[in-house]
Amino acid sequence: MDELVAEFLTETNESLEELDLDLVNLEQNPNDADLLGKIFRLMHTIKGTCGFLALPRLEKVAHHAENVLGRFRDGDLEVTPDYVTLIFESIDQIKYIVGEIESTGSEPEGSDAALIEKLDAVYEGRDGADASATDASGDSATGESEDAAAGGYPGESAGNISKAELDALEAAFQNTPGPEMEAPAAETTPVAAPEPAPEAAAPKAEEPVATEAKGPSLAAQSLRVNVDVLENLMTMVSELVLTRNQLMQIQRSEGETEFSAPLQRLNLVVSDLQEGVMKTRMQPIGNAWAKLPRIIRDLSMELKKKIDLEMIGQDTELDRQVLELIKDPLTHMVRNSGDHGIEDPQTRLAAGKPEIGKIVLKAFHEGGHIIIQIIDDGKGLAQDKIKAKILANGLASEDELADMSAQQINQFIFKAGFSTAEKVTSVSGRGVGMDVVRTNIEKIGGSIELKSEEGKGSTFTIKIPLTLAIVSALVVEAAGEKFAIPQLSVRELVMTSRDKNSDIEQINGAPVFRLRDRLLPLVSLSDLLKIHLPHAKTADESEEIEAGDNVVQLEEARNQYIIVSQVGTFDFGIIVDKVFDTEEIVVKPVANILRDIDLFSGNTILGDGSVIMILDPNGIAKQAGELETSNADDEAQQEDLANSLQKTSLLLFQAGDETPKAVPLSLVARLENVELDKVEHSSGQMLVQYRDQLMPLIPFNAGVQVGHEGEKPVLVFADKGISMGLIVDEIIDIKEEHINVQLEGNQAGLMGSAIIDGRATDVVDVAHYLQNINATWFKDHGDEPYSKEGASARVGEANAGLNGSGAGLTGKQKVLLVDDSAFFRNMLTPVLSVAGYEVTSLESPAEALNLCDQGASFDIIISDIEMPDIDGFEFAQKLKESSWQDTPLVALSSHATPEDISRGMEVGFQKYVAKFDRDTLLTTMSQALSEHRAAQQQAAE
Amino acid sequence: MQAEHHDISASSLTGSHTSKDFLTLMIAGQRFGIPILQVQDVLGEQTITHIPLAPPEVAGALNLRGRIVTAVNVRRRLGINEDAESATDMSVVVEHENELYSLIIDQIGDVMSLKDDDFEKTPATLDQAWRDVASGIYRLQGELLVVLDVPKFIDSIHI
Repeated sequence: MDELVAEFLTETNESLEELDLDLVNLEQNPNDADLLGKIFRLMHTIKGTCGFLALPRLEKVAHHAENVLGRFRDGDLEVTPDYVTLIFESIDQIKYIVGEIESTGSEPEGSDAALIEKLDAVYEGRDGADASATDASGDSATGESEDAAAGGYPGESAGNISKAELDALEAAFQNTPGPEMEAPAAETTPVAAPEPAPEAAAPKAEEPVATEAKGPSLAAQSLRVNVDVLENLMTMVSELVLTRNQLMQIQRSEGETEFSAPLQRLNLVVSDLQEGVMKTRMQPIGNAWAKLPRIIRDLSMELKKKIDLEMIGQDTELDRQVLELIKDPLTHMVRNSGDHGIEDPQTRLAAGKPEIGKIVLKAFHEGGHIIIQIIDDGKGLAQDKIKAKILANGLASEDELADMSAQQINQFIFKAGFSTAEKVTSVSGRGVGMDVVRTNIEKIGGSIELKSEEGKGSTFTIKIPLTLAIVSALVVEAAGEKFAIPQLSVRELVMTSRDKNSDIEQINGAPVFRLRDRLLPLVSLSDLLKIHLPHAKTADESEEIEAGDNVVQLEEARNQYIIVSQVGTFDFGIIVDKVFDTEEIVVKPVANILRDIDLFSGNTILGDGSVIMILDPNGIAKQAGELETSNADDEAQQEDLANSLQKTSLLLFQAGDETPKAVPLSLVARLENVELDKVEHSSGQMLVQYRDQLMPLIPFNAGVQVGHEGEKPVLVFADKGISMGLIVDEIIDIKEEHINVQLEGNQAGLMGSAIIDGRATDVVDVAHYLQNINATWFKDHGDEPYSKEGASARVGEANAGLNGSGAGLTGKQKVLLVDDSAFFRNMLTPVLSVAGYEVTSLESPAEALNLCDQGASFDIIISDIEMPDIDGFEFAQKLKESSWQDTPLVALSSHATPEDISRGMEVGFQKYVAKFDRDTLLTTMSQALSEHRAAQQQAAE
Repeated sequence: MQAEHHDISASSLTGSHTSKDFLTLMIAGQRFGIPILQVQDVLGEQTITHIPLAPPEVAGALNLRGRIVTAVNVRRRLGINEDAESATDMSVVVEHENELYSLIIDQIGDVMSLKDDDFEKTPATLDQAWRDVASGIYRLQGELLVVLDVPKFIDSIHI
């Protein structure tokens, strides 16, 4: 028996029992409106479902009974015992028919004309009168009143339907032969479609109803269970699976013990149990397809196309939860295929194709996934139109398009706001859709692919997981830590090797890999997660040094694995160090305080009992994508910066003593390992030949032992083509931290101590070393003459005040930084303090003016332009009238148009600098300061 | 109703002899207390999975009988140097908003019943990091006990 019919019978039996009870109650309380409404709805549901399942006899009886109930409900008719008897009679008849269907699978032969006539008589108010119209008089009469009833006007008598409407109905019926065609016809009339019927049935079906079925009916063999109960059961089975995995793991390591046999048994039982519980949640995909033939039919009518829908694999089962989620995307896609894909008959004939277009819907299992394909033999995607649309929407440039494969171009239809349909029909073409489809499918861990050949047709392939509760995951390792990646996101695994021609290559530091003639962008998992092994040196790397270019890549092992993954249209590879087994895992949400880390989708417990974080490929792609576009897109850049909010990347190293040392990573040009036997000496200075130049080397301090053998890590600082190396003992790590110097240093070369990574750390004053190596060196390309108290504007332009002996940080210039954005204040403060300024940062000009009133003084003021209340221009004007009128004023703004700049100059800013330009800011500041000094000197003279 | 009334009168008559039970613990030589009812478990050294990108105070995650517990390094949160001699790596498991957290501390002490009379508010001069997570101080004989406010402590950890 058809699954749907069986379900219907179960449902109907339940409904009928309720109906019996309710009608008895009704007899006693004839005017209970609630009760009447309830009975009416039940009847209506039966009728609606029958219509859906093509059970005409049953439908007719239910329909006519519903009509009468409708009149009761509307108060047109008094409920008398006679009428109740009549309703009972119809219910009995329905029961009889249902019983027959249950046992034989089809409606019994025979006619219900007598009963229907009685019902009609009551309905039409001609009780007892002779039947003038026979039931056989035609389907159309029944159809009319049926439409009226189904449309929500059950109380309306047939006589109320206007002549015009009747004519329209008649015409519609004539045009559409066959019983199913009632539906589209109804839609064209002012009377609403009979669609509410199946819909009314749907909520009913979800409502769990506990009923004890009597007799050997189908209802007795199936039981309605609350979905929550099933979900709960599933959760517990998931836990059981985890525990089983743990036990199995222990057993593997223990070898043969007396537990082995029962464990084996447990293993099997748990697997069966898991399967069984999964089954309770499984539904055939056909359930999600039920509406599709109707939709295609409507569509072909409306668009005057001839479309044949073929459905293969309706019985393929998948998780109820997944099914619900793909229902709408599927409907949308099939509709799309009919609307956009299939051409009209003339075009098809002209193209030499059969007149009738074909859409094939296919579902099948493949390795733990369900594959759903929607294949049409229509016109395919028009590449030209897509390209034009891409350009029009500015999604890619012409050059970029030229480099894309047809496949890549086609993928654009999954982007938001993309529709190539020339006409917007009522069915599709609004440009919302395919992106929603993709999002929905990706939400459940699925993927969608499109193959299309112009003129021949398109194939959409959707790959979705069978279930969401227990997923298979690949365990990988990066920098000594293990992570799980859902197997679904792993397209393939590639092992790279130095020896063969399968190595990771670099473009300006960005790793890429040649995968079958395609360049695959890579992200390193350890970089992404900011985890690094403390010791990165391997024999392998020293080989590379010998090979000539002695640039050493930290963190490179001999063999690495690339996990090729795809998120949306973005293909990328994740570099990991090791790949282990796959394991079945249950995704558990991460703790609240970790929820903001979007690289993890959850965590779980592995078979060995350890906790493992589950990587979220979407999050990784987002991060990787952001990295890629951050330079191009200002907004993305802002976001990126906001992500690293208030922190500076610091390189931690050890030299001489135990105390870790920190230096802002942005100042370090490179990290190298220098072989000590290559170090040469000239006039007491250590030198090494590096890229055909001599690079001076100095040990960080006396504690750094520089022998003649082996190698030492060197921090290379470079400025305008000149570089120097600082020899240290060991590179520890890279950390994102605030530089908050808590103790000022009294030792040459140290700015002071700060807590970094939970340890007291010396913050290195790079300027000191640069100065030490050659006091004049960096002056050569400095823009300004240096004076005793001048600040080191750039680190490279270390000032004479720090001259050699480590006079330290005396004579710091005081800077006032006014910016409403905490982010910029926090970003600039360390930059400025590292550059040797003493920084006071304030949120608003008002605070600054307060400070001015209190008599504070600064050497230079840097102010943002766009600020609430008082903006930068106004602030500058106010300053002119204050005691700070002589203090140099530098404007800092995210937009620096010529108009802005000239306005800024007018109101009193000396300089105007773009916000992101750190170097210029520092140079500008030193310029402004020295100009100011020059002016003061002149004035003094 | 009756009981409540009784309680009030009793305390007012006897000058408040009510007391609360605390699990005491040592961190860098300082005694702390956690209300005993909030303590779920006490653990010895555990295998902890490091969580990259997590706040520095978060030491990682561990498996406690099938539940995932987030381990928090109390020393780090309080800004105490981690190198200072710490005894064992013990931890106290607490529940906060249906999630389990394991607070890594130096040493577990006794359960003490502390009189309300000895309770005082957190001194204003205490380090901000401490004031953020302490709900008060008990004067004990010869030493002071800082009451760790578990919800505040957990909530103070952010990325």
